[in-house]
Amino acid sequence: MGVTLPILILALPITMFLVLGLGGVKMPRKMAGVLGILGMGTTAVISYWVAFTYFFSGEAAYIVDGVRQQVQMFDVTWLAFTQSLVVKIGFLLDPISAMMLVVITTISFMVHLYSWGYMEHEPGFQRYYAFLSLFSFSMLGLVVATNIFQMYIFWELVGVSSYLLIGFFYKLPSAVSASKKAFIVTRFADLGFLIGILILSFYTDTFNFIDMTNNPQGVLASTGGATFMGASVLTWAMVLIFTGGMGKSAMMPLHIWLPDAMEGPTPVSALIHAATMVVAGVYLVARMFPVYLVVETSLVFVSVIGAITAFYAAVVACTQIDIKRVLAFSTISQIAFMMTSLGVAWPELHDGLGYMASMFHLFTHAMFKALLFLGAGALIHAVHSNNYTAMGGLRKYMPITHWTFLIGCLAIAGIWPFSGFFSKDEMLAAMFAQHWFWGAWMTMVAGLTAFYMFRLYYLIFWWEENPHYKEHKPHDAPWQMSVPLIFLAAVSCVAGFIPFGEFVTWNRAPYHIHIELPVAATSLTVAVLAIVLATVMYAKKNPIPTRLKDMMPGLWMAAHRRFYWDEIYMFVTHKIIFNGICRGIAWFDRHVIDATMDGFAKVAQKTSYAIRGLQSGNIQLYVLWYFAGAVLLAAITWICLL
Amino acid sequence: MDLSILWYLVPAALMFACGVYGFITRKNLIAILISLELMLNAADLNFVVFNRYLFPGQMEGMVFTLFAIAIAAAETALAIAIIINIYRAMGNIDIREITKMKF
Repeated sequence: MGVTLPILILALPITMFLVLGLGGVKMPRKMAGVLGILGMGTTAVISYWVAFTYFFSGEAAYIVDGVRQQVQMFDVTWLAFTQSLVVKIGFLLDPISAMMLVVITTISFMVHLYSWGYMEHEPGFQRYYAFLSLFSFSMLGLVVATNIFQMYIFWELVGVSSYLLIGFFYKLPSAVSASKKAFIVTRFADLGFLIGILILSFYTDTFNFIDMTNNPQGVLASTGGATFMGASVLTWAMVLIFTGGMGKSAMMPLHIWLPDAMEGPTPVSALIHAATMVVAGVYLVARMFPVYLVVETSLVFVSVIGAITAFYAAVVACTQIDIKRVLAFSTISQIAFMMTSLGVAWPELHDGLGYMASMFHLFTHAMFKALLFLGAGALIHAVHSNNYTAMGGLRKYMPITHWTFLIGCLAIAGIWPFSGFFSKDEMLAAMFAQHWFWGAWMTMVAGLTAFYMFRLYYLIFWWEENPHYKEHKPHDAPWQMSVPLIFLAAVSCVAGFIPFGEFVTWNRAPYHIHIELPVAATSLTVAVLAIVLATVMYAKKNPIPTRLKDMMPGLWMAAHRRFYWDEIYMFVTHKIIFNGICRGIAWFDRHVIDATMDGFAKVAQKTSYAIRGLQSGNIQLYVLWYFAGAVLLAAITWICLL
Repeated sequence: MDLSILWYLVPAALMFACGVYGFITRKNLIAILISLELMLNAADLNFVVFNRYLFPGQMEGMVFTLFAIAIAAAETALAIAIIINIYRAMGNIDIREITKMKF
């Protein structure tokens, strides 16, 4: 395989962005849609081909003695500041990037197709497709980055595309503030990322991933045992880099932007805020994994943050009314699952199973979460509301959506034989191998996942038929929307049987997956029990949920308000930062800097008012003054010369 | 001819002072113009005299004076044209009346 195909993978989406972005206004909607879909479809086909060649061709360039190789398809110098500070743009092909190529292009293509139906009547249809292409380009560039600086550049680009797409309905104030929030929060996290990159590359003298990850001991040695505030410099660097990942992947306490990001169009939520962009943080940790391994403190940090976030988000998801918010919190929880799994993937335990499991879950989660979001989109399309209170009993009206949504729920709940079962089982096995506490904790979160997903499912499709249906009968979505649903549902059914360990492992050598019966039995039992509980509580309209809510109103309210994280942020920013710090700065600006300038202006003004009488218009007076001045000067000169 | 240089400079200075005095005190534009010419001619006279007494072998001062006279002629023509226009516009040429451009 030459460089043409890799270049095309990046070039096609950006070309589409330019064509649709610049020429979109002149284009009929249909043409823009077809162009976008065709462009993405072609990219998907090329990516499949590249991934297929990488995994299955067996060429010596890609696999040596069963160990898959990291190949730089190209790596060109983009900016050369000094001898060592060189920013390159390249295309790195290795198991995780090849897998991500497949995930991104598949979901992106499905979303392109789906949007054709979903966004049909929205103004700015062409702009929407242009932004989707920009996002696909940035995300592809991110995953194939050969060096951490390229990754950072594309990392920011996905942030921008996310900002543009969340704020797509820019006439809604809520969408505008949500897009700002997302951008500022992730940008704030990226500051940590950048500092981490600078620290790391300062010591290692390189940005290149292969150089760093193939010699993590060298990276550790290059820092020379320098420490800062009790932790080694490398630990700091890796934790700071992970901060960037926390921002993008919505880990606590930087998760606040993701639920609000649901203001964007639903297909965008499926693509960016469920399947691809938000897993960039996981991908980042996976990419730098060997370096994380040499500083175990940072790895523990990753798993602790993941475990807390997973539980928190799962609890909050149980009390949300907006179906997209439920899915958003579920996404946060699942990503946190992957993070924890990465954090416990120590090679001495179970051959680093957690790494493989995390990537496996990333893959399956992308498919079923995109499916769930697209299903939610179909529901919103049908009833014109985001809240489950406007739904209920929809299973008779929307059979396709119902069945595909059910498959998505079963997959995320971890029911055999759907894909989520397999990946979740591997993750739990890895956690139990680390410490029984991790395993038990995350099994509980998995149970919560099953509960809130089925709560959502029953409240949408069962419960009680909404009386509004008599006036406005909901129906299944058009074929552009149904096809992606069916496709993703099919993938969610079978993806679990992929022998993932053959393709992606932490050391790129194959790992033979086997299902650990005790772990699988436990998690399956917990999930089934949770589903049964949800069935009892929500399958038919009954007073149990209300009674339960009344029993502990404080807890319910706290969970419903997301444990007041937004309020805490508001308090910190408005009360402490704005009031405490910014007010002083504003005072200084107004009363010292501005006042000085005003003083100059005032003096000049006063002086000119005082001497304005001289400007009498009487030319003879001017001459008199002039003459007097000349005489005076002459006299002074005279006196001085004498 | 052994006249002291003062015989030339003192009349020139007097002439210049008359010009200044006239320029400041007269109210008629034509009279002001005449005063102006007086000042100019006093300066010309100084040029010639200094050239003759300090650098007898050279001609620069003389030539400069010729130029100044030519320019003064042109300038006078211009000034008179302006004065005529002011007269047409205002009906008189009293400098106290021409205050349109005042602050």
